[in-house]
Amino acid sequence: MRGLKNLPTYLALTVGGMIFAYPFVWMLFATFKPEMDITNIGLWSANMSLDNYRNVFEKIPIGRALLNSLFVSGCVTACVLFWGSMVGYALARLNFPGRELIFAVILFTMVIPFQITLIPMYILMVKFGWVDTYLSLIVPGMINSFGILLFRQFFRDVPQDLIDAARIDGCTEFQILFRIMWPLSRPVLITVGILAFMGSWNDVLWPLLVIRLEKLMTMPQLVTLFAIGGQAEAMIGVQLAAATMLAAPIIIVYSFFQRYFIESMATSGLKN
Amino acid sequence: MRSLLARMKGERFTGYVMSSPYIIYFCIFIAFPIGFSFLLIFHKWNIITPMEWVGLRNFLRLFQDVQFFRSILNTLIFLVIHIPLQIAVALLLAVGLNQQIRFRGFFRSLYFMPVIVSGVVITIMWRQLFGYETGLLNMMLLKLGLGKVPWINHPAYAMPSIAVMATWKNVGLYVVLFLVGLQNVPRFLYEAAEIDGAGPLQKFFRITLPALNNTMVLVMILSTIGGFSLFIEPFVMTGGGPMSSTLSAMLYIYNQAFYFGHMGYSATLGFFFAAIVLLVVLIQKKIVERD
Repeated sequence: MRGLKNLPTYLALTVGGMIFAYPFVWMLFATFKPEMDITNIGLWSANMSLDNYRNVFEKIPIGRALLNSLFVSGCVTACVLFWGSMVGYALARLNFPGRELIFAVILFTMVIPFQITLIPMYILMVKFGWVDTYLSLIVPGMINSFGILLFRQFFRDVPQDLIDAARIDGCTEFQILFRIMWPLSRPVLITVGILAFMGSWNDVLWPLLVIRLEKLMTMPQLVTLFAIGGQAEAMIGVQLAAATMLAAPIIIVYSFFQRYFIESMATSGLKN
Repeated sequence: MRSLLARMKGERFTGYVMSSPYIIYFCIFIAFPIGFSFLLIFHKWNIITPMEWVGLRNFLRLFQDVQFFRSILNTLIFLVIHIPLQIAVALLLAVGLNQQIRFRGFFRSLYFMPVIVSGVVITIMWRQLFGYETGLLNMMLLKLGLGKVPWINHPAYAMPSIAVMATWKNVGLYVVLFLVGLQNVPRFLYEAAEIDGAGPLQKFFRITLPALNNTMVLVMILSTIGGFSLFIEPFVMTGGGPMSSTLSAMLYIYNQAFYFGHMGYSATLGFFFAAIVLLVVLIQKKIVERD
C-alpha cells in the first residue's frame, strides 16, 4: 500500500537523479571515444581508447598541476585549521581587552563583497613580488573568518572544568588548545577542513590573476585555459578528458565521505 | 592573589599572541586593500607607470559606460531566472526526499554531486551538451522530432542557458538546506490539518511553505551573492558572447583590469558593483522579513 502510494515520488526522484548523473556518466564515456563518436547520445563506442588522456598529458603539464593544487590546497587547509583554531580559542576562552572588538570586526568583514578587495589584493601581490609564486596562492587564503567563527562557537561549549584542570596541571594555553581541545574537535576540524580545501581547490578566478607560468598553475586554472585557449579548441574529447581528470580526485574523496561533505557545506549555508 | 593577577596578565598576553594571526592578516589583506581601493578609485593607473590623480573622472566614465550597465543587466537577467528556478526545483526535490522512502541518502548524494565539482568541469561538460550542431541536448530534441535550439549561440538564449546550468550545479546544496527546514516543521501541524480534511496541496501551501520562510530567505540571499559573482561559467562557456549577452559584471571588471590594465577604473567598477550587491541583498532582506 505504502510502496504504491510512493511510486510517483520514486519516479520523480529517479528522473531527477538521472538528470544529475547522466551528464557525468556520459562525459566519462566520451573521454574514451574517438572524436567522431562523441556526439552520440549513447555511451558505448566500438573504438574506445585512452588516446584523449594521452593527448592531454602531451599538451599540458596536468600531472604537475595536480601536485600544485594538492600542495596549495593542503597548505591553505593546514593554515586555516591551525590559525583558525588558535584565534577561535582566544576569542572563546581567553579574557583580554579588545576581544569583542576583534569578534565584531570578523563578523563585519564577512559582509564585505570580495569585489571590493579583488583588484587591490592583486596589486598587493604585484608589489610583494608574489606573482608567479606559490605564496600568492597560499598566503591570502591562510585565514578564514568563517572557520574562526566555527571554532569559536565549538570551543565555547567545552566545559570550563576541563580547562581549569589542565591549567592547574600547568598546561600552557597552547598545550590546552592542541592537546585537549583538538582531540575533542573532530567534527569542527572536519567541517572547516573540507570547506577550506574545497574553496581553495575549486578557485579559478584568483589563480588566473596571479599565476602566468604554466608550471605553477593549479589544476582548475590549467584546465580552464586549456579549454578556452587554442590548444584544444577543436577537440572535444581532449577537453572532456582534462575536465574528467580535474573532477576525479574530488568525486573519489566525496564518494567515501559524502555525509561529511554535505553536512559541512550545509553548515556553511546555515551559519551565514 | 598575586598569582591570580599574574595569571590574568598572562592570559591577556596569550590572548593577544593567539589572535595576532588574524590581526596581522586583517591589517595586510583586508584593511589595507579596502583603504587602497578608496585611493584607487580617484586615480588612473596601469601598475607600471606612476599613479595619476583623476578626481571623480572614473565615476563620470562609469556612468557613461554602456557596456558596464549592460553587464549588470546581464547579471540581473541571470539572477531573475536562476533564483526562482533554483528555489522551485530545490523545494520539489526536498519535498520528495522528505517522504518515507528508501535510498533517501543515495538520492541526496546524487543531487549534491555537482555542488562539489569545480565549475570549470561543469561548464566544459555543459558546453558540450549545449552545442548547436552536435550537442547532446539538440541530438535528443532531433530524436524526439523537435527542432534544434541555439542554446548558447543566440543572444536571447545564452544567459538563460547559463542560468539553467548554474541551477543544475547548485541546486543540491539548496535541497539539503530545504530538507533541514522541512525536518523542523512540527509533525502535529500536518496531523491536525489531516483531521480537518486538508489535502496534500493545501497542506503544502498552508503549512509547509510558511514554515520554510527562514530557509527561503537564506536560499535567496545565498544564491543572490553567488549569482552576482558569476564569472567562470561565461568565461569558459561563451567568453561573454554572443554579442555581449553573457558578459557578467565580474567578467567585465576582470577584462577591464587584466585585459586592458585599467586598475583605477576597474577598482571603481568593483566598488560600485559591491555597493549594488549589498543594496540588493538588503532590499531582499527587508521585503522578505516584512512578509
